[in-house]
Amino acid sequence: MSSFNAIGADRDVERDEYTPAIEPQATWCPGCGDFGVLKALKGAMAELGRDPEEILLVTGIGCSGKLSSYFESYGLHTIHGRALPIARATKLTNPGLEVVAAGGDGDGYGIGGNHFLHTARENHDMAYIVFNNEIFGLTKGQTSPTSPKGHESKIQPHGSAKSPIRPLSTAVTAGATYVARTAAVNPNQAQEILVEAIEHDGFAHIDFLTQCPTWNKDAKQYVPYIDVQQDDDYEFDTADRREAEEMMQRTERSLYEGEVLTGRFYHETDRPSYGEEKREAGEMPDEPLAEQYHDDDHEWERSYDLLDAHK
Amino acid sequence: MDEELVWRIAGGSGDGIDSTSQNFAKALMRSGLDVFTHRHYPSRIRGGHTYVEVRAAPEPVRSRGDGYNFLLALGDSFARNPQEEAYYGTEEVKPLSENLDDLREGGVIVYDEGLIDVDDVPDFEARVEANDWHVYPLDLRGMAREMGREVMRNTAGVGATGALLEYDLGHIEDLMADTMDGEVLATNREILESASERVEAMEFTHDLRMPEGSHDAEQVLLSGSNAISYGALDAGCRFIAGYPMTPWTEVFTLMTQHLPEVGGISEQVEDEIAAASLALGASHAGAKAMSGSSGGGFALMSEPLGLAEITETPVVLVEAMRAGPSTGMPTKPEQADLEHVLYTSQGDSNRVVLAPGDVEEAYEQTRTAFELAYDYQLPAILLYDQKLSGELRNVEEAFFDREPSPDLGATLDEDQLAEAAHHASGKFQRFQHDPDNDRGVSPRSIPGQAGGRFLATGNEHTPEGHISESPTNRVAQVNRRVRKLEAIREELDARETTHQTAHAPVEDAEYGIVTFGSQQGTVEEAVDRLAADGHGVKSLCVSELKPFAAAEVTRFLESVDEALVVEMNASAQFRGLIQRELGRFGDRLHSLLKYNGNPFEPAEVTEGYETIVDGAEPAPTTRFVPAAGD
Ligand SMILES: Cc1ncc(C[n+]2csc(CCOP(=O)(O)OP(=O)(O)O)c2C)c(N)n1
Ligand code: SF4
Ligand SMILES: [Mg+2]
Repeated sequence: MSSFNAIGADRDVERDEYTPAIEPQATWCPGCGDFGVLKALKGAMAELGRDPEEILLVTGIGCSGKLSSYFESYGLHTIHGRALPIARATKLTNPGLEVVAAGGDGDGYGIGGNHFLHTARENHDMAYIVFNNEIFGLTKGQTSPTSPKGHESKIQPHGSAKSPIRPLSTAVTAGATYVARTAAVNPNQAQEILVEAIEHDGFAHIDFLTQCPTWNKDAKQYVPYIDVQQDDDYEFDTADRREAEEMMQRTERSLYEGEVLTGRFYHETDRPSYGEEKREAGEMPDEPLAEQYHDDDHEWERSYDLLDAHK
Repeated sequence: MDEELVWRIAGGSGDGIDSTSQNFAKALMRSGLDVFTHRHYPSRIRGGHTYVEVRAAPEPVRSRGDGYNFLLALGDSFARNPQEEAYYGTEEVKPLSENLDDLREGGVIVYDEGLIDVDDVPDFEARVEANDWHVYPLDLRGMAREMGREVMRNTAGVGATGALLEYDLGHIEDLMADTMDGEVLATNREILESASERVEAMEFTHDLRMPEGSHDAEQVLLSGSNAISYGALDAGCRFIAGYPMTPWTEVFTLMTQHLPEVGGISEQVEDEIAAASLALGASHAGAKAMSGSSGGGFALMSEPLGLAEITETPVVLVEAMRAGPSTGMPTKPEQADLEHVLYTSQGDSNRVVLAPGDVEEAYEQTRTAFELAYDYQLPAILLYDQKLSGELRNVEEAFFDREPSPDLGATLDEDQLAEAAHHASGKFQRFQHDPDNDRGVSPRSIPGQAGGRFLATGNEHTPEGHISESPTNRVAQVNRRVRKLEAIREELDARETTHQTAHAPVEDAEYGIVTFGSQQGTVEEAVDRLAADGHGVKSLCVSELKPFAAAEVTRFLESVDEALVVEMNASAQFRGLIQRELGRFGDRLHSLLKYNGNPFEPAEVTEGYETIVDGAEPAPTTRFVPAAGD
């Protein structure tokens, strides 16, 4: 019998259940795209029927990191850039948990960039939402890894000389098996993509365009947006890495030319998740690690029985 | 005649010195002796001089001792530049020449005359005569080549050692049979025997023989790293994450070898920030978890360490010190990360730090670290060093005959959660500040449990976990976290056993020697020698560094007139800690420091003691700093 009965409860969940009964006062500015992520996540989880207590939402630091304050579930609001390594271990320890990691573009592509590469490479089974507002929101508008070249701020008074990172291409090159971009201005697509990402067995990266009207752009600047799956001009196969990569390159470039392309870019279904690979290699326990500590029948090996090599 | 053997096997790094010495030590243990090893090796894979000393006696051996009395100088197969057919400087005679003066009077030298030319060792003959050394040149390489392969010359050297010491080689042969078979075993046996026969034909001029001893109980040979790993396994640790760094890699490797077999998980990750983060994540999700590193990697763990403190996530980190700063001397021991480990990470630190003094304590205190971390929901750090990490000692097998303790500490199950206090939002009050809770510990739920959801955050937070900057809440939360550390101190003080190790061979000693961690055995040996010479001296080795063992250290220091604080660093960090924690004794604490990359030898400690007593010069390898106002 499990000691974690919220897991796999498989019941109808109202989206209200993800709203804290006493809602903490939102610290997000009016018109902030972050509200769009919160809404889409609630919708996706309700659609999937996930019990709030089988969800562990692991967030980084930034305006985006506050997501775990406004979403009712187990929450783990960590430190700047480190949501992914922490989330990875929670999933390995208790694979039944629905682990979702989230953070900003500075958090995930800058300070946590190395973890992003390796989590994608290893294909850990989780959805990772990057609130891409092309700026450091919480620290008041400095240039982020996704800010356009020439971006001006107090620290970049002459305009940034750096070209932006290519988040989608980076994810797929590193090894992510589901890569999508959506936008706060398109709530229906956002929810659909989150559902797919959460259901995906492997590392699902969602670059989520979240306008920051305070320091950067307002919602209007992400409209019109184009859904590459809906538009005939963008014929490509999301299962074909080459075609996907080409499409991503174009999408990344065009964002800075005022063309907002969104949708699913890459979806690989046959690669096992890291947990499965590790199990295959004989390095993951059959009984989830978290359950072992509550299982009265579990045999705890003693070092005393391992001493032959020392005699 | 010496009643002990200190056998040094010296040669090239990569020549199998390590495994040869390990087998030799094990054979001596099996034949009834107490053993202790000391490793010295350079920070490279191949090339460079390396040696291991095996000290063996009928009585317990606690340190490397001073110098050595038997040298087996093998050739260094990497001393020659294969392209140039030339030697690198004086490398080829190093196994014989380096620290040769530490060979005790009357000592024995066996060297590989196939590779080493004594004419290249300055004044060799004169030094041999002056020190009454007994030299047995043997063509070990030649013998090995003739019968098998060149690499087997270590076996020839061991055979020669056995014969010269009149030691029954049966123990060595048994060990060989444990680890080899077929032709390799047959050839090694042949080489062993033939080397021993060749030596037996020689005329012995030395007195040194293998000491004889016996054990009442079955013994096992373990390093500090073995002991830490076994302590962790028995504490129910089933998750480790890490990134390789000498010397911490030893614990990481050992744990990784064991964990999958016992249902656990090991992860080698991209860096140490990730390593500590994974350990935290695993613990948060309900596993007993650890990570660790050496100084540089531990520096990267600072921020996750602070996150563990504020989110009250139990975790055990081990820090294997090596000489710093920066890359420093990667394979050399030092104790200069004490302050780093005590204080790193922003904010008031809230952690346990334990420094074991020997192999048994390494096991014991690893278990204590897990126990305290999980009972009190905070990080516990085990601070040790390159010396303790690799030194082998024999321990009674029965020492390990104990029950595992997989208990998760202060957690609630779903039934208890149903009864527990919840916030009006429905969240579990995971960080309650209950004034009646005298330990300050607020039991936790684990993600996935029904009725347990809460927010854990690195921001200051309310009982249910929401971010808050309310001054009242802030003070209540800080006080509770601080209270946990006080409660640990009270719990440790109330225990019948202590982690501090006092050694007082004479009554009413006026002088004290205080140290921490791996210098324990060396200091105790020095105290024994001084006491035997009629000095009134005793020692205390401190393991509980945070919360500091204030009462015990105070009692000790009050009972002596003056004390010598022995530590392996240049800035007297441990002496500083004592003064900071106790707020006094500054005028009675002298420092003896060593930071040349080698651990203390007992004689250096006795000389440091004599510096206080009669102003004698301290050993040139050490630095003496008198007490304030002295
Ligand atoms: C180690 C560390 N460095 C710097 C900061 C300060 N800091 C907080 S959030 C942030 C950047 C926020 O940008 P982003 O990750 O894009 O999140 P956003 O606020 O835009 O959602 C910075 C630099 C920190 N908290 N920790
Ligand atoms: S600063 Fe920008 S990102 Fe942060 S809450 Fe305000 S609008 Fe949103
Ligand atoms: Mg941002």
